[in-house]
Amino acid sequence: MIPRSRRQRRAKELIFVGLFLVSIAVALATVVILLGSVVATALPALRPSVVFNFASFSDPNRAGYAAAIVGTLWIVGLTLLFSLPLGIAAGVYLEEYAPRNRFTRLLEASVSNLAGVPSVVFGLIGLAVFVRAFGLGFTVIAASLTLTILVFPYVVITAQEAVRAVPQSIRDGAVALGSTKWQAIRRQVLPAGTPGLLTASILAASRAMGEAAPLIVISSVPMLRFLPDGPNSPFSVLPVQIFAYVSQPAGFQGVAAAGVLILLLLLITFNSVAIVVRNRMQRRRW
Amino acid sequence: MRILTRAKPAESAVIVSTESEATPSYIAVDIQDALIEARDLSIWYGKKQAIHTVNLKIPRHQVTAIIGPSGCGKSTVLRSINRMNDLIPYCRTQGQMIVDGEDAYGPNVDPVLLRRKIGLIFQKPNPFPKNVYENIAFGVKLHYQATKEEIDDVVTSALQQANLWDEVSARLDESALSLSGGQQQRLCIARALAVEPDILLMDEPCSALDPVATAKIEDLIFELKKDMTIVIVTHNMQQAARVAEFTAFMYLGRLVEFDRTRDLFERPHEELTENYITGRFG
Repeated sequence: MIPRSRRQRRAKELIFVGLFLVSIAVALATVVILLGSVVATALPALRPSVVFNFASFSDPNRAGYAAAIVGTLWIVGLTLLFSLPLGIAAGVYLEEYAPRNRFTRLLEASVSNLAGVPSVVFGLIGLAVFVRAFGLGFTVIAASLTLTILVFPYVVITAQEAVRAVPQSIRDGAVALGSTKWQAIRRQVLPAGTPGLLTASILAASRAMGEAAPLIVISSVPMLRFLPDGPNSPFSVLPVQIFAYVSQPAGFQGVAAAGVLILLLLLITFNSVAIVVRNRMQRRRW
Repeated sequence: MRILTRAKPAESAVIVSTESEATPSYIAVDIQDALIEARDLSIWYGKKQAIHTVNLKIPRHQVTAIIGPSGCGKSTVLRSINRMNDLIPYCRTQGQMIVDGEDAYGPNVDPVLLRRKIGLIFQKPNPFPKNVYENIAFGVKLHYQATKEEIDDVVTSALQQANLWDEVSARLDESALSLSGGQQQRLCIARALAVEPDILLMDEPCSALDPVATAKIEDLIFELKKDMTIVIVTHNMQQAARVAEFTAFMYLGRLVEFDRTRDLFERPHEELTENYITGRFG
């Protein structure tokens, strides 16, 4: 046997670490450049009116996002309200109750595939089913239901992972005390899996907040002149509103960039709450 | 007093064993007042047969140890007493497990109620990731609609019974996972005692513990056996000799020998038993 050259081995090590660092740098640079250009563009347009005014396509100095912010909060809130219980229930069923057979595997594969469907398609489903067939019209509730089916696969998959991560010994301990399967899940598995379930809610909220395509299909109204005040109200959402400003003359670019910042801020606020709660719970692990 | 019977291969018509040549076990004492009795018990994991027509009587209000090398099926037999094997996919059981006069695998038995009467302590302490109080209260809340005071009483007395009260009374609201391994295991025992079982099954309860913690668990077994029937699976032959009145030796899914503990260790009748307890294999 010929001994491997030490120098060669060390050189390879350096080359690969270097490659990894370059990859990270590319990702980091993208984020920095993106954020930098958004902030730079938004800076001149940042004034209270951007948050508190309604939309205007005649004067960029009076254009704002009031209706879109409230619309986004309504729709994301309702989407979470629908998708979390539904998705967690489906995840618990697949993980805890479903028999391990071909049909279950098929079901799980379909859920994963659903996550890969282009979001416009969900918009078309929403238009056909919720807007037309259910007769809900172009309303907050129709938009929320559309986004619910869009985020559903993410919630299911994440909930499954959360439940799977709870050690079997916890279930065994509960069952050995004479609990039913549901009591063990409800009282031990779900509480122990809460950090993972919070991840599911983060994913769902992030996804729902940023979607524009399906909501354009079911008519988010970029000219809404009042605040959406309930499930049956017409609506406008941030991504669609931003898109509407971008397609306006040059003066509106700052307004559009400011909208991106508002959207990011909302997202970060919501996610950091969930992350703080999750980290606090994770400190006490089995 | 000493009745020497060689258990006959399954010939009764109750359950027909698929095993053609059931190895006879050497049953040195016939238990008259058995609380638990396995009759022609066979268990499969998928296609692999883990237990071969075991016939075993476990006396009331005594400690019975099941010993044997790894993989001999002692835990599987133990977990068939409270039907914990039901949780394992593709696990199939044949034969009878008579508990207090009734077949645990009979048609009218609800395993959930069965398990309430038969506590199980696991090899690795598995407290719930909650505080000490909630760990004990969980079992009570499963079966009763209890007031706060009633639950408090049960928690206190269960912890006292498990010799843990003095150590944790001031930290009931701390995470159970902050306790030491030995304390966690006694917490698991307290948790089982809180639902007032008649039988306590222990599956190598000390194998993850140091000698001091082990001694505390053994002391506890001495106190508990006044009120309940205990079956303990152990790797540790000295432990079996210390805590158990009766001992069953299993090998390769078969019951080889059952006797009073002292007799089994001092005068084993089967060569396999002798080889095992003298450390020639295992």
